[in-house]
Amino acid sequence: MEKSQVEYVQRFTIFPRFLHFLVIISFLTLAVTGMALKFAAERWAEIVASFFGSFEVLGALHRFMAVVTFTYFALNFVLMYQNWRKSGKSMLQFVLHKDSMIPNLNDAKELMQTFKWFFGMGPQPEYGRWTYWEKFDFMAVFWGVAVIGSTGLALWFPEQFTLVIPGYWINIATIIHSDEALLASGFIFTIHFFNTHLRPEKFPMDPVIFTGTMPLDELMHERPREYAELVAAGKLEDIKVPPTPRWFFVVSHVFGFTALAIGLALVVSIIYSMIFLYVK
Amino acid sequence: MLKVTEKQDWLKFLLIILVVLFAGLAQNAAAMTDEDCLDCHTDPDLTVEIDGKTVQLIVDGEKYMGSVHADNSCVSCHEEADVDEAPHPYPMARVDCANCHDDIAEIFASSLHGQAIEKNDPYAPKCTDCHGKHDVLSMQDKNSPTYILNVPFTCGRCHQEGSPMTLTHDIPKKNILKNFSMSIHGEGLYRKGLTVTAVCTSCHTAHNVLPHIDPKSTISRLNVVKTCMKCHANIEEAHTKIVRGELWETEPHKVPACVECHGPHQARRVLYEDSLNDQFCLKCHGNPDLKLIMANGEEKSLFVNVEAFEHSIHKDKRIACAKCHVNVDHQKKPVCRDSGKVDCSICHAQVVDLYNKSTHGILTAKGDNNAPVCSDCHGTHGIMSKSNSESPIFARNIPELCASCHREGQKAALRYTGSQHDIIKHYQMSIHGRGLSQSGLMVSASCTNCHTAHSMLPASNPESSVHRNNIMKACAQCHLGIAEKFSSSIHSPAVSKTDKKLPVCNDCHTSHTISRHDTAGFRGLILDECGTCHEHETDTYFETYHGKVSMLSGGEKTAKCSDCHGSHDILPAYYSESNLNRRHVVETCKKCHPGSNRKFTGYLTHATHHDRDKYPYLYYTFWGMTGLLVGTFAFFGIHTLFWLPRSFRERFKRRREHSRENILKKDDWS
Repeated sequence: MEKSQVEYVQRFTIFPRFLHFLVIISFLTLAVTGMALKFAAERWAEIVASFFGSFEVLGALHRFMAVVTFTYFALNFVLMYQNWRKSGKSMLQFVLHKDSMIPNLNDAKELMQTFKWFFGMGPQPEYGRWTYWEKFDFMAVFWGVAVIGSTGLALWFPEQFTLVIPGYWINIATIIHSDEALLASGFIFTIHFFNTHLRPEKFPMDPVIFTGTMPLDELMHERPREYAELVAAGKLEDIKVPPTPRWFFVVSHVFGFTALAIGLALVVSIIYSMIFLYVK
Repeated sequence: MLKVTEKQDWLKFLLIILVVLFAGLAQNAAAMTDEDCLDCHTDPDLTVEIDGKTVQLIVDGEKYMGSVHADNSCVSCHEEADVDEAPHPYPMARVDCANCHDDIAEIFASSLHGQAIEKNDPYAPKCTDCHGKHDVLSMQDKNSPTYILNVPFTCGRCHQEGSPMTLTHDIPKKNILKNFSMSIHGEGLYRKGLTVTAVCTSCHTAHNVLPHIDPKSTISRLNVVKTCMKCHANIEEAHTKIVRGELWETEPHKVPACVECHGPHQARRVLYEDSLNDQFCLKCHGNPDLKLIMANGEEKSLFVNVEAFEHSIHKDKRIACAKCHVNVDHQKKPVCRDSGKVDCSICHAQVVDLYNKSTHGILTAKGDNNAPVCSDCHGTHGIMSKSNSESPIFARNIPELCASCHREGQKAALRYTGSQHDIIKHYQMSIHGRGLSQSGLMVSASCTNCHTAHSMLPASNPESSVHRNNIMKACAQCHLGIAEKFSSSIHSPAVSKTDKKLPVCNDCHTSHTISRHDTAGFRGLILDECGTCHEHETDTYFETYHGKVSMLSGGEKTAKCSDCHGSHDILPAYYSESNLNRRHVVETCKKCHPGSNRKFTGYLTHATHHDRDKYPYLYYTFWGMTGLLVGTFAFFGIHTLFWLPRSFRERFKRRREHSRENILKKDDWS
């Protein structure tokens, strides 16, 4: 009874949700298969390798998911192109717009206000459509794919790359690839998970990236500036949607929790290994 | 030479003086000449009555004049006849040959024949019975009864089967004359006219004939070899395969004497069966119930399984029972009583020598009951050649044979204190064991190929075939090509002059768990093996892709030490033959990376980012990345940490708001 009275608004269309689905699938696979190699000496790594059959399966999955990554990387540009065309703005306006994915001065201001709020020195900032940490996550993927992707290609095709670059650069590429991947997975499985799902207000998870919808109430509270702008522009009614069907809601949660569990298990394994790697 | 000639001259001179002196004396003192004697003793009417028989006293002057004593004159023997006027006194004492032949007479007196005379044996032969009386001829003379061709007849006069002497005396051997004439010696004498062949006196001597049980006898067991060797001087050479050169002289009790195989009077090339033949032994030992009750009351079967012996290699080689059971004695009843243990060294001297120096032999010498003796491995009467697939020492059966003591839990394994355990099980799973037992590959190594069959010693013993210094020789028996390669590698002492311990075959391949080099199990161990000495190289290998992957499932496929460095031909990169030398390294990488090129080989396969001096790029890259990580996590860590309490507060606040709204709504409805 209660649920039906809750009003929902659409936050993500199907395309970005699909892209995030690709990110989850590929990133988790890449992280699990890659970390098993990075921490090959660990027992859990051997368990992972045995589960998949052999290191060759790990390698094949890793390379396949690399292709998926390059695919969503490219599709993301398609999404942004679509958004740009929809916005009717010039390219520069679109990039510099306060709702663009590019961090700007307002994000710096909100970051400062957030810290003040942490210490009780001011109210919580009136976040808009994208908070600064969401923008950081987005940009981090951009940066990560570029760095990990390029070095990964060098490791994938060393024979071709070394026609141009010296052999020892492959060693350098290995370090960059693996440490950047450590940063990325470490970040996603702790900071991103906390910011988006695990912090008490959202706990245990925020299904919006799967369902695409969020309660209107949540929009009012968490993104008051966006809500105000939508009301002012009279667009609020446009984005109101019926609640997500129950089955999809369940599927989203099962999928989401699985991804969360895998990510957390992996990060625990990594932290454990890192401690013992340097302690021993 | 000169000296001898002088001496002979001197002797001749002395002889001449003596002859002249004696001649003078005889002329003066003895008036009786040979002519005087023959005057009477050629008269057929000169007779005497002895025991009622008329005996003529004639002497064949012609024969006497042809005899060796012709120059001595009658009276030199018949001293009492030396009277001035005939007739001489009668009866006279019997001629005593010892007057001149005193040395021979002395020997003869102690001989069997001499003793018989002493006992007044009517058949005892006197000098004259063999040599004749007035017609004594030199043994060189063909008419002499002592001439070699005539000796068997001379002796045969008494020893002929059925003669009064043989009928009244217990002579152990029968048909002596007949057997002799058919023997190789008799055949040589009669049919080939071979005057150097052996006749009765050659073995029994002419005057010192003694029974074979007399240790002084030339035909006693102890001396018979010496006797035979008077002619068969090189007989030990001819038997060298089975008798150590000196054994017959120094330990005659250990070996069968000549006559035990070559019957004394039936001497043929091979006539064992006619001597102490196997049938004789089997008369008793063929009985399955034959037992010996020992001092402690235990029963020991003395049954000899003829069927087993039929298949034995000793049967093939026609080895008679007595050849091994040498201490049989015809004097004993039964002949084999207390004949003791068989000593295989009688024939297999070299092998037993090796065995005595081995751990098995040393333990046996100490009286250790656990130690195996020849028969424990080879069997007893059923001994088979190692080429016989039924034999316990047939290559394929050897692991099982050794296992009977060396399998875990068995007596040899129980007392073993070294580090090699489950050797039999491991061996059977190894490439050698499976090759031998499963594939039936007969060139596959079994226990004895490495440990030797008879000289097995612990690996710690420098004499051992499996000692570090010798193991390569053991392996090279089959793996010669690899041994040759290895000899020119950096691990060979011929190349590396170093005090450090250089690896040998089993350091990498193990001793008993040897597997093919391309199996996952072996490839998985390569790093451990190389790592025992090359620790740093192994550690850094594990920091690179090859090393990390090698730790995961299926990781045996990635490059291991030997894939790049080579295995038996391993050499440092600065050798032009090395796989890693500039000339070859591109090819080496190409084995797995078909696109390998010069720059590609610049990949650091043993790189570590912990060494700033050696790999500065890697070092700074790593620390740069680490800085980025630490920075990012530090910032967001703090961000999260401070957010957490605020977030809790927000959640509670919103819950309160919700409940208030709900209350208000309820109020509205109410």
